[in-house]
Amino acid sequence: MTLLPIHMAIAGIWGLLIVASLIVFALTRRQPATDHSELVQRTTSWWAMIAVFTAAFLLSRTFSIVIFALVSFLAFKEYLSMIPTRRADRRVLFFAYLAIPVQYYWVGAEWYGMFAVFIPVYMFLFLPFVMLLSQQTEGFLKAVGTLNWGLMLCVFSISHAAFLLVLPVDGPGSIGGTAASGAGLLLFLVFLTQFNDVAQYTWGKLFGKTKIVPQVSPKKTWEGFLGGMLTTTVLAVLVAPLVTPFDALHAGLAGAMIAGAGFIGDVTVSAVKRDLGVKDTGALIPGHGGIMDRIDSLTFTAPLFFHFTRYLYT
Amino acid sequence: MTRALQLLFFILVRIVVTFVLGLNVRRRELLPTSGPAILVANHNSHLDTMVMMSLLPLKQLSTLRPVAAADYFLKTRAMAWFSLNILRIIPIERNRGARRADPLAACHEALRNGEILILFPEGSRGAPEEMTALKKGIAHLAEKNPSVPVIPVFTHGLGKSLPKGSFLLVPFFCDIFVGKPISWPGARDTFMATLTARFAALSTEKDFAPWE
Repeated sequence: MTLLPIHMAIAGIWGLLIVASLIVFALTRRQPATDHSELVQRTTSWWAMIAVFTAAFLLSRTFSIVIFALVSFLAFKEYLSMIPTRRADRRVLFFAYLAIPVQYYWVGAEWYGMFAVFIPVYMFLFLPFVMLLSQQTEGFLKAVGTLNWGLMLCVFSISHAAFLLVLPVDGPGSIGGTAASGAGLLLFLVFLTQFNDVAQYTWGKLFGKTKIVPQVSPKKTWEGFLGGMLTTTVLAVLVAPLVTPFDALHAGLAGAMIAGAGFIGDVTVSAVKRDLGVKDTGALIPGHGGIMDRIDSLTFTAPLFFHFTRYLYT
Repeated sequence: MTRALQLLFFILVRIVVTFVLGLNVRRRELLPTSGPAILVANHNSHLDTMVMMSLLPLKQLSTLRPVAAADYFLKTRAMAWFSLNILRIIPIERNRGARRADPLAACHEALRNGEILILFPEGSRGAPEEMTALKKGIAHLAEKNPSVPVIPVFTHGLGKSLPKGSFLLVPFFCDIFVGKPISWPGARDTFMATLTARFAALSTEKDFAPWE
């Protein structure tokens, strides 16, 4: 196996994780009185998540696509378990679940046209049709609306991250074959989205004063948002030459876009949780909550970053 | 041979329960690590027995005995074989006419042998995600075995995934709430009141998404 820049990027992520873990460890040592259990759980979960992601990356493209399909499935299941549903719609929910393997099949088959329309056109029209067959009109609009929205968020949006793997990118700085460059783009997107979450949280913790949308998410502040955006943009410019074909300007734009869209995705899921009266979307990832709590930002950054790249580099 | 088949079946069940459903178990540490014990759960779905049997480690599988209605689970020959050899149920006669001297004799014996009983005192799955009054058989069982802990377990979501009368499994995350063991209070009425109150408390621990 030849060592590609992308392998160095992955090694860099592990280095960052080790540094973060050491900081958390030092913190628990220095302040034994305060409760750091959530922070420790969070860090431990990061190890597990990054391990799965790295394994998927190094093993094969197909395996990576399957992992993303699984993430979509878990997120969608969490969403459907959280929202009010109707007993009469059991069959409709079943068909909605079936959309997941089909959507990821289009990714694996590199069929962009079908990938782009299957959920927003065919499932969008098919699900209400199946739903009306039960002839239960009470709550129909709410049921079909929430179902389609969940499918768009958990499956359609997230599948864009997976499609980066098969995107035939050309242009300056393209690394090796298309697979390698696709993997680089995916790494760039996922890493910066997750890094931005942590950066906004950290800046907010240190300097946060001015609240942005206190009724939705009281902990989100302008200081956190802008500080996070600045850090993410700088980091994007620094790592772009390693894993993407972007020049400095495009890398900066992509970084800023990921920071902005990530923030909006985060508060959107917060608004949903507040509406439903739940604190976390689930309990799958210790210290983080549910899987939706972890990929909320990605649901917004994935399709936007995908089209940014597709427009400029294919 | 049947032991190997049983193990294989429950490994498959665990895969389905973990990946297709997904359990969020509260206070797993209250589950018994050895028999004799009685697990008491609400009943909404055929998945209930499978999930209850998946809550304990595989090495305890040989000590798990679901108590189930003879008229339903022994209906056909194939089903009777499956129920007795794979699920290893203790069949109970539901209608009085067919009953022997003590309908719970087999349960007492199982507890004497250090086995863990799984009981659904509602008697029937009923309407999904709704609890009905508990039948009193469990109180007789507890009275005869006063030193055996009775552990209430409330499940939510399994009736949504596979309600009575349906064959289509729709994935949902399921919540499991394990309650503190109940020791024999000295009287059947007090026992039933305690058990009912325990279930009422467990079932209101979380606000569940409406489903109707």
